[in-house]
Amino acid sequence: MSDKTMTAEEVAGRLRSGMTIGIGGWGSRRKPMALVRALLRSDVTDLTVVSYGGPDVGLLAAAGKIRKLVAAFATLDSIPLEPHFGAARQHAAFEMMELDEAMVMWGLTAAAQRLPFMPVRAGLASDVMRVNPSLRTVTSPYADREELVAVPALRLDAALVHLNRADVQGNAQYLGPDPYFDDLFCEAADAAYVSCERIVETADLRGDSCPQSLLVKRAFVNGVVEAPNGAHFTSCAPDHDRDEAFQRAYAKAARDPDAWRAFGERFLSGDEGAYRAAVAAFHAEEA
Amino acid sequence: MSGGTTTATRAEYCVVACAEAWRAAGEVLAAPMGTVPTIGARLAKLTFSPELLLTDGEALLVGDVPAVGARAQVVEGWLPYRQHLALVATGRRHVMMGASQLDRHGNQNISCIGEWARPKRQLLGVRGAPVNTLNNPTSYWVPRHSPRVFVERVDMVCGVGFDRAAAAGPSATRFHRVPDVITDLGVFDFETPDRTMRLRSLHPGVTVEQVARATGFALTLPDDVPRTREPTSAELRLIREVVDPAALRDREVPAA
Repeated sequence: MSDKTMTAEEVAGRLRSGMTIGIGGWGSRRKPMALVRALLRSDVTDLTVVSYGGPDVGLLAAAGKIRKLVAAFATLDSIPLEPHFGAARQHAAFEMMELDEAMVMWGLTAAAQRLPFMPVRAGLASDVMRVNPSLRTVTSPYADREELVAVPALRLDAALVHLNRADVQGNAQYLGPDPYFDDLFCEAADAAYVSCERIVETADLRGDSCPQSLLVKRAFVNGVVEAPNGAHFTSCAPDHDRDEAFQRAYAKAARDPDAWRAFGERFLSGDEGAYRAAVAAFHAEEA
Repeated sequence: MSGGTTTATRAEYCVVACAEAWRAAGEVLAAPMGTVPTIGARLAKLTFSPELLLTDGEALLVGDVPAVGARAQVVEGWLPYRQHLALVATGRRHVMMGASQLDRHGNQNISCIGEWARPKRQLLGVRGAPVNTLNNPTSYWVPRHSPRVFVERVDMVCGVGFDRAAAAGPSATRFHRVPDVITDLGVFDFETPDRTMRLRSLHPGVTVEQVARATGFALTLPDDVPRTREPTSAELRLIREVVDPAALRDREVPAA
């Protein structure tokens, strides 16, 4: 049995500039934020990021670490527009491969299945084809002769995901209503790193939950990080809700360069422990 | 307001017009985006389209019809994002999306304003509009009908319109359908020979001239424009007492 536990810093240490990184979760839901914060503290940059984007994209964009973004959106859910993403796009700060939500899913599926592409109807006739001149169509070899979009495999060098529970070997479990695409991200990646609210014994993983909650298999996992509240400020049902007050403060600060510098100083200049302390102080002030 | 009056507000006409989009839809997922379409879908399920499937806005299919903002008591199924995206391609869904821009052919933009490479204003991104429009009926809800929304050309085609689908060929047109566009001024469709937008009905108190002024392209205007049908008293009761007792609809469509 291999013990794959490591720190968030060690995960960041495994990543290299120029890599393609997939980030799990969806919008402002169950994002591996502790891992993203470790990445922010590292020198790793020039990344291609594949994400159902939320504040992970926002923070990495604000830090200038994104060379290319592959996404259908970036949102904070309760705040529709991700402000750093918007600002970065409006300054053409990174290259973008703007795909439809389903195209991202099938691109990851192709990567996981070691296929060059998946045929989909989505994208045909839309400007997704215009803004991605590298996209190709494929003609069905059967009698229908349908012409479909060949979504290229979105193969990842590394995947970062956050789940509710995991064992030291990398078996990981979600306890909320939606798995998002976290297993797919892991399977599409050469190396996958799972952070979780709590590491438990393998024998205790199942608990009262159904076996379908055991989402990520250890064969696809290279590192496990125990990161309580590690999705903060995004939601991680049922362990914690989205921290709406903090997200509002994030979004407000992100709209003004001076306010953003102050926010960074206060919350992002130290390690994860310092972050947690600063968030606790923020809530004490708000109360 | 939502008192005892039998006179329907503009918002209530909009709710009923949205509900009508799901009439005779069959046993499909009604996927409304926005407050008024959400109320409309629930009203449709409570009245003439009881076979509709509805979500809680997250990963669950709900078996009851709670008020907007309230928790469902009955769960009838599971629809996480991966299944929702796959469901689209089965066609068993009728979605009502918003639109930052919409042209006369039904091309829709929610991605960005200005040149895509460096937009003047980044909006949501294409989200699921491309997959939606090519796979299941896609209607639109525009709470403030204006020439900024109804434009000659959209800056980024996210939702595919009739001209673009036709130009792309049979794989694009096979399941493509944009049945309705509902706004605070009226109901519109594409039932014209060249599949361009037509005014189908006017909400009460709205004139044809008002609609023409608020639209940035030439609409097809029938000689005799019908009025949007009036909510029944039973529908008004359901809207006001069951589906939207907090009158959230009035925030999206203030009284005219």
